[in-house]
Amino acid sequence: MEIIVCVKHVPETAEAEVTIDESGKRIKTEDLVYDINEWDDYALEEAVLLKEKHGGSITVITVGTEEADKTLRKCLARGADRAKRLADKAFEESDAFATAKILHKTIQNLPFDLILTGAQAGDDGFAQVGGILAELLGIPHATMIKKIDVTEGSVKVNRELEGGLEQVMEIKLPAVLAIQTGINEPRYVSIMGVRKARQKELKVLNLADIGLKEEEVGESGSWITVEKMFIPPVEKEAEILTGGLDNIATKIVETLRARGLI
Amino acid sequence: MKELFVLAEHRQGELRDVTFEMLTKGREISQKINADLTAVLLGHDVKEFAKTLAEQAKKVLIIDDVRLENFNAETYQKVLSYLISERQPSLTLIGHTAFGVDLAPSLATELKMPLATDCIDLDFEGERLVVIRQVYGGKVNVKAMLRKSESYIVTLRPATFEAQEVKAAGGQMIEVASPLSEDITYKRFIEYVQPPAGEVDITAADVIVAIGRGIKDADNMPVIEKLAKALGGVLACSRPIVDKDWLPTDRQVGTSGKTVKPKLYIAVGISGAFQHISGMKNADLIIAVNKDGKAPIFRVADYGVVEDLFKVVPVLTERILEEKSS
Ligand SMILES: Cc1cc2nc3c(=O)[nH]c(=O)nc-3n(C[C@H](O)[C@H](O)[C@H](O)COP(=O)(O)OP(=O)(O)OC[C@H]3O[C@@H](n4cnc5c(N)ncnc54)[C@H](O)[C@@H]3O)c2cc1C
Ligand SMILES: Nc1ncnc2c1ncn2[C@@H]1O[C@H](COP(=O)(O)O)[C@@H](O)[C@H]1O
Repeated sequence: MEIIVCVKHVPETAEAEVTIDESGKRIKTEDLVYDINEWDDYALEEAVLLKEKHGGSITVITVGTEEADKTLRKCLARGADRAKRLADKAFEESDAFATAKILHKTIQNLPFDLILTGAQAGDDGFAQVGGILAELLGIPHATMIKKIDVTEGSVKVNRELEGGLEQVMEIKLPAVLAIQTGINEPRYVSIMGVRKARQKELKVLNLADIGLKEEEVGESGSWITVEKMFIPPVEKEAEILTGGLDNIATKIVETLRARGLI
Repeated sequence: MKELFVLAEHRQGELRDVTFEMLTKGREISQKINADLTAVLLGHDVKEFAKTLAEQAKKVLIIDDVRLENFNAETYQKVLSYLISERQPSLTLIGHTAFGVDLAPSLATELKMPLATDCIDLDFEGERLVVIRQVYGGKVNVKAMLRKSESYIVTLRPATFEAQEVKAAGGQMIEVASPLSEDITYKRFIEYVQPPAGEVDITAADVIVAIGRGIKDADNMPVIEKLAKALGGVLACSRPIVDKDWLPTDRQVGTSGKTVKPKLYIAVGISGAFQHISGMKNADLIIAVNKDGKAPIFRVADYGVVEDLFKVVPVLTERILEEKSS
C-alpha cells in the first residue's frame, strides 16, 4: 500500500507569548518553537500502522521553508520512507487553496493508494487542504477520521461528528482521509530510527519543478488574503486573583462558601 | 433577485442549531445586499423541517431523495453544485461542522468559487466579502478578504451567532427535482455509532474540575483528583487528555464531547479553544487556572489565577479541606 502523508511544520502557541509584527498581518515567529502539526502527527502514525499491517511505503510531503526539514526528519525517523519539501519564494502567503494546488501538482505523478492529511492545521485552522486536494485529484475524501479499516479496493472509516457520535462510511480507494486526533497513539522517535533516517531521501522541489505558474500560488493564487491580525476583543474579562497563593486560595474559598459550594 | 443560500443541517431527524444561527446571520446580510434569504434543504421525508425553515426564510428549496437521507459529502456536493450553478447565489453559508468541513472545500473547488472556513463574522464591503477568523488556537483574530467573485462560500463556526426566534417569513416552498442520476458511486453511508455510556455522567454534576494538557503527564493526575474530591465534584477534561487515554471519552467537555452546565467549573491547564469553551461556557461560575495570562479561557472565566497549576492546586485543595472540617 502506497501512502502519502501531508504534514505541516507549525509554531506551538498554546503556551507561548504571541505578538503581532509591524506589518500587522503576521505574528512574530522568532521566539516560537516549531513542530509537526498535532493532527499530522496522528496522520503519520496511522500511515506507519497501515504500512506495518499491509506493507508498502510512505512518502511525507510538506510545503515549507528549510526549517520544516526538522518535521520531515522526524517523520522519516518514525517510519516514513522518503520526504519531499516544496519550497519557493512564490509559495509565501499561500492559503489552503494555493497549498493544496502545490500538493496536487507534486502528488499527481506519484503512485498512491491513500493520502492522509490532518483534519486541520493548528496555526490557521482552515480544515480545507484534504478536501481541495481530493477534488483536484478527482478522488473521494473523508474528514474527521477516527478509525480506518482497509478492505479490498476501499476503506471503511469512522468519521467523528459532534457530541461523540460517529458515522461509518465506506470509501473507494484511492482516497484522501483527513485524520482527527486520538485515532492512535503516536510513538516516540527511537535512536535507531533517527540513525536510519539519515540515509533516507529528502528531496526539495520548487515552482518550476512541479510545473505551476507563479500566479497560481502565493497570494495571487489564494482564495483569501489577510488584511490584518488583531488580538481578540475581550467581551467579558475574568477577575484575576492576585496577592500570593494564600490570598488567592482564601479568595476562592470565600467565593465558593458564599455560593454554598462548600 | 439576488439570493443568499443557507444550507440546512440536520441529523437523525433533527435540524441542528447551527442552521438557525446561519439563518439569523444570513438574514442580516441578505438585507444589507438586498438578496432573498433561501434555505436549502436536502434530505428525505423532510416536510416538517421545510415548514420550520419557511418560518425563517423567504424561500425553501427542497430536494427530496432517499440518497440524501443521511449526510454524505458525495451526494450533497453533487446536488449543491447543481443548485448553486443554476441559481448563482451571492453567498452560500454552510456550518463549520463535521458535515460542513467534509463538504465545503471540495464543493468550492469544483465550482471554482472562493471559500473561507470557520468564520466568526462576515460582511460585504462593496462587492468584496470580508471575514473574521481565529488563528493560533484563538489567540489571534484575522480579518481576511476573499478573492472577488460573483458567488462565495463561507462556513460559519457553530455557537457563535445567536439564533433569533423568527416566525413570520411565510417562506415559499419550492420542490426541486433531484439531480442525482446514478447511484452513489464512491462513498457509502453505513451507520451511526453512538459512544458507549460511561460510569460517570459529567452532565449531571454540580461541580466539575476539568484538566487540560497543562497537566503534562498522567502521573500528575492525582493532584487534580484530590481537588475534585475535596469539592465533592467530578473530574472532566479537554480533548488531549482523552486522546492520550488518560481519562475515558465520556469525561471530555466540548463540541466533540459533552456540554455541561454545572454550578462550578474549574478549568486547570486548559487553554480555552472554542471547541472546549462551547461545552462549558454556560456554567454558573467558572474559575480558570493557567500560567499563561493571555490564554483564551480567561475570556469566559469569572475568576482567573495566572500561576503554575502545580503550585496553586495543592494549596487550594488544602484550604478547601480545612474549610470543610472547621
Ligand atoms: C473538530 C474538533 C473537535 C474538537 N473537540 C474538542 C472538544 O470537544 N473538547 C476539547 O477540549 N477540545 C476539542 N478540540 C481540540 C481543541 O481545538 C484544542 O486542541 C484543545 O481543547 C486543547 O486542549 P488544552 O487546552 O488542554 O491544551 P492546550 O491548548 O495545549 O493548552 C494547555 C494549557 O495549559 C497551560 N499550562 C501548561 N502548563 C501549565 C502549568 N504548569 N500550570 C498552569 N497552566 C499550564 C498552558 O498555558 C496552556 O494554556 C477539538 C478540535 C477539533 C478540530
Ligand atoms: N504547508 C503544508 N504542507 C503540507 N501539508 C499541509 C500544509 N498545510 C496544510 N497541510 C495539510 O492539510 C491539513 C489541513 O490543513 P488546513 O486545511 O490548512 O487546516 C494539515 O493537517 C496537513 O496535513
